[in-house]
Amino acid sequence: MQREDMVLCELLYQLADDNFILAYRGSEWLGLAPHIEEDVAFSSINQDMMGHAVMYYQLLEELGAGDVDALSHCREPESFRNAILLERKNGLGHYLENPNYDWAYTVVRHYLFSVLKQIRLESLYHSSYEPLKQAAEKISLEHYYHSMHWETWFTQLMSSTKEARHRMENAINYCWQEFDGVISLGRYGKEICDHQLIVEEEKLRNEWLKRVCTTFGEMQFSPKTSPGMESGNGRNGEHTEDLTEALEVLSEVYGGDKQAVSW
Amino acid sequence: MVLTPFDQLTADEKYDHFMERIEKGEKIEAEDWMPDEYRKALIRLISMHGISEIMGALPEKEWVPKAPTLHRKLAIMAKVQDEMGHGQLLLRVVEDLIQPLGKTRDHIMEDLFTKRLKFHNVFHMPAPSWGDAAIIAWLVDGAAILSQTMMLNTSYGPYGRALKRICQEESFHAKHGESLTLALASGTEKQKAMLQEALHRWWESLLTFFGPKSKQETGHTNVDIGIKYKLRTKTNEQLRQEFLTKYVPKIQLLGLSIPDEQLRFDEDTQEWRYTEPDWQKFKRIVAGDGPKSDERLALRRNSYENSQWVRDALRHFKEQASEHVG
Repeated sequence: MQREDMVLCELLYQLADDNFILAYRGSEWLGLAPHIEEDVAFSSINQDMMGHAVMYYQLLEELGAGDVDALSHCREPESFRNAILLERKNGLGHYLENPNYDWAYTVVRHYLFSVLKQIRLESLYHSSYEPLKQAAEKISLEHYYHSMHWETWFTQLMSSTKEARHRMENAINYCWQEFDGVISLGRYGKEICDHQLIVEEEKLRNEWLKRVCTTFGEMQFSPKTSPGMESGNGRNGEHTEDLTEALEVLSEVYGGDKQAVSW
Repeated sequence: MVLTPFDQLTADEKYDHFMERIEKGEKIEAEDWMPDEYRKALIRLISMHGISEIMGALPEKEWVPKAPTLHRKLAIMAKVQDEMGHGQLLLRVVEDLIQPLGKTRDHIMEDLFTKRLKFHNVFHMPAPSWGDAAIIAWLVDGAAILSQTMMLNTSYGPYGRALKRICQEESFHAKHGESLTLALASGTEKQKAMLQEALHRWWESLLTFFGPKSKQETGHTNVDIGIKYKLRTKTNEQLRQEFLTKYVPKIQLLGLSIPDEQLRFDEDTQEWRYTEPDWQKFKRIVAGDGPKSDERLALRRNSYENSQWVRDALRHFKEQASEHVG
């Protein structure tokens, strides 16, 4: 593979894996959301996001990286390029046994991610790689509604009961410690930008901070530090046990019969 | 002729007027006068249907994160989402019916948690393999389509309209189920075995899906009231016969065996003969004593309690907003 293609693939893996793993985490919420209407809405968002992952995996398939199902189900954890924050469990417990999931964490994580995703998409409209540009245009049609959804949840829970505010601030503080890992473009970040595939990390960070802090300001909240990357950089293949477990679950059936050609 | 205003009619006259409307095939709407027996029958029928859709999401939900390919993951997510959506649609219909009784959705949930409100027998059963996901989508949804289609012309307008949309979506589910089943049936030995085992597990539940033939089996049935008020048009046994006619040949065509040696079509009576399922077991399951009843109820209850703070916060936010406007 040419160096240029390798760099392009790095970015595509980041985009695909972020959407894939967060949609997977969302799918674990199915049937457990705070009310039935949200269950339906959230599931729709998860399907869209997994659909976005499929589009990015297809671009990888076209570049010869392998079949979309193998890319999403058969890679080792260290070859995943998603940010660590997005692979973390939804809370305590397992999706089948005593899931003690935290809705505040889910709202904050999705809200913060949706702002960055929007900024990334805006930058991808100008990507030098035409298929990526086209994918970004399609994705943003759906992402517009996701952003609105999470911003609504975010602002309502931030400006309601004391308990909700307390839970939301805890969730922000937790996500804040890891969010630089979502902004990061990884060890090939400079080359990715040199090929004009997407704008520099620094620009993504500044724009994200500007937008997020505007909403925070309206909610009378201000973060005390810069966003961190405490658990490591997923873009470089550093991951937690949470990803390993998630991959085991999501590939249990697919990997359960190596002879199977069709499911 | 001087017409007496409706609210000045005697209770008997109101009832007669109501039954005339039912006989004429008119649709009853939420605001219309209706006898208590009719309202109660609707509440029982539709809340059980609605909550079964929601509890029915749980066995399949187990397979959502595990579905084998991206395509299957997307399809099963969409399917389970539809089931939740049906639950929502139906609970909205029930909310209108229970509103005059001073009740809300919270009461429906309470009734579920205390097992006063029953959900369908099939959703108390385990779904331990991907084969179960296929059988549920193909045959449980197939059975559901038969009983829901039968009620499309129900006398209660709002229920009929909800069912129309539900039936349209269910037919996609049955196609999804057929596709999952076909892939396994034409796959490796391991895949075939997975499907066959699941069919064996589900057969008795499928036979009991439509409920007992008559009062003799379980002590009571609501079929008579349903037919009197034109909520339904067929008996449980008629539906079961339709199901067998539609699916037994398809199952056999796939090379799958059905775990009932007595099963055959009797040419003389033009009816299917089958081994009578254990109706006492069925009764216990529906009462909330099935293999997965407590586990699934606990899952639902815990998630409901864990997110109480969210619903409180939303209510508070709404109140604040309306005070602000006021």
